[in-house]
Amino acid sequence: MSPEQKKYLKTIKKKKVLILFLQVFLLVFLLGLWQIAADLDLINTFIFSSPSRVMKTIISLYQDGSLFHHLWVTFYETVFSFLLGTFLGIFIATILWWFRLLAKVLEPYFTVLNSLPKVALGPIILIWFGASIHSIIFMAMLISVVVAILNIYQGFQSVDSEKIKLMRSFHAKKWQICMYLIFPSNRENIMATLKLNISMCLIGV
Amino acid sequence: MNEILKINHLTKTYHTLEKETVAVEDFSMDLKEGEFIAIVGPSGCGKSTILSILSGLEEKTSGDIFFKDQQIGYMLQSDALFDWLTILENCLLGLKIRGEITEEKKNYVISLLKKYGLGEFLDSYPSHLSGGMRQRVALIRTLSTKPDILLMDEPFSALDYQSRLAISEDVYKILKEEKKSLIMVTHDIAEAISICSKVIVLSSRPCKVKKVFSIHLTDGSTPILNRKTIEFPIYYDQIWKEIDYES
Repeated sequence: MSPEQKKYLKTIKKKKVLILFLQVFLLVFLLGLWQIAADLDLINTFIFSSPSRVMKTIISLYQDGSLFHHLWVTFYETVFSFLLGTFLGIFIATILWWFRLLAKVLEPYFTVLNSLPKVALGPIILIWFGASIHSIIFMAMLISVVVAILNIYQGFQSVDSEKIKLMRSFHAKKWQICMYLIFPSNRENIMATLKLNISMCLIGV
Repeated sequence: MNEILKINHLTKTYHTLEKETVAVEDFSMDLKEGEFIAIVGPSGCGKSTILSILSGLEEKTSGDIFFKDQQIGYMLQSDALFDWLTILENCLLGLKIRGEITEEKKNYVISLLKKYGLGEFLDSYPSHLSGGMRQRVALIRTLSTKPDILLMDEPFSALDYQSRLAISEDVYKILKEEKKSLIMVTHDIAEAISICSKVIVLSSRPCKVKKVFSIHLTDGSTPILNRKTIEFPIYYDQIWKEIDYES
């Protein structure tokens, strides 16, 4: 390896370390600022709490053995609603891509559904499913599924028309265009939607 | 040479809410076995529509098209390679779609790739190839289904001048060796004269056949050498004058 290459790699490594350091520093700084603001009564600790109080609560939950139970329930609800929202999102987006007429008919409904604050539907969902894990999962799924449908469907529609033309020139059937072109060319878009969906599900849960 | 394709009075009309647009009007031509024909005309005149109809991607409005049991291969303006597939997988796409992948056909595709300088890139991805190499892959993908007639829609337009010259040389050689017939749409007069033995000049939209030139060059061995013949600038000048560039 040439000295120039060694120097270049060293610079890259230094930059990575600096970024990590600044990220950790920022976290510590913000937590410190929060704690100081709480100690000096600059913020209402009843509403904003403080890092030390959060820590104390975590320790007490751990000591009475309920911490991991709560973590597991949140994890379970998030994962379940995430999977449900994702698969349903991909499935409905595929149906919309397949049936253009249906997509046209449903377009205004999806726009309304997307702009609707889903959390506002909470009371209705509670009446439907009762105060149980089902209503939480449904709420989280509802929040994530609309975003998933719209993102994935938009990705499906923006596939290069030349590639579709190419497949049609080989007399490809619609399912072949879907399996060989639409899904693979949207893998990055689907992955980005999945990442977004996890946070959406956490909001719902 | 046998006539393998005949088009009579082909017309194509597009309908929109605002108006009705005639893209192709009363277009007739025929193609003989092994013949290379170029269709030239001003941009947007409807040249590509003719190829789309021939390949079955679009319906004609009227007219007749007669094929003599020929398989058609369509090479698009862009290489349209799938980034997530290897070069070999890209070339096998047509066979995969048709459910015709056999060991023999796969070997044929590999032999084409090796023969035309892509042997070491079978497992590479399209992003590792130059523009010219990508076009060659696109051509081999088109040839994989063993078409008798190749339709090319401005296949080199996305390339720089040097690459265009090089790839047109390659494509010419490949198509001659594989004994294919060609209908090529282009707006590049030099490309048309250097590759094809017949040049059909179209009018601006709606495109009609304005004039047909039979090209006879003294050398005739390769496109680059064709450009150096004494007849080349004469044909160029004649065709240039026929094209309605002002529109």
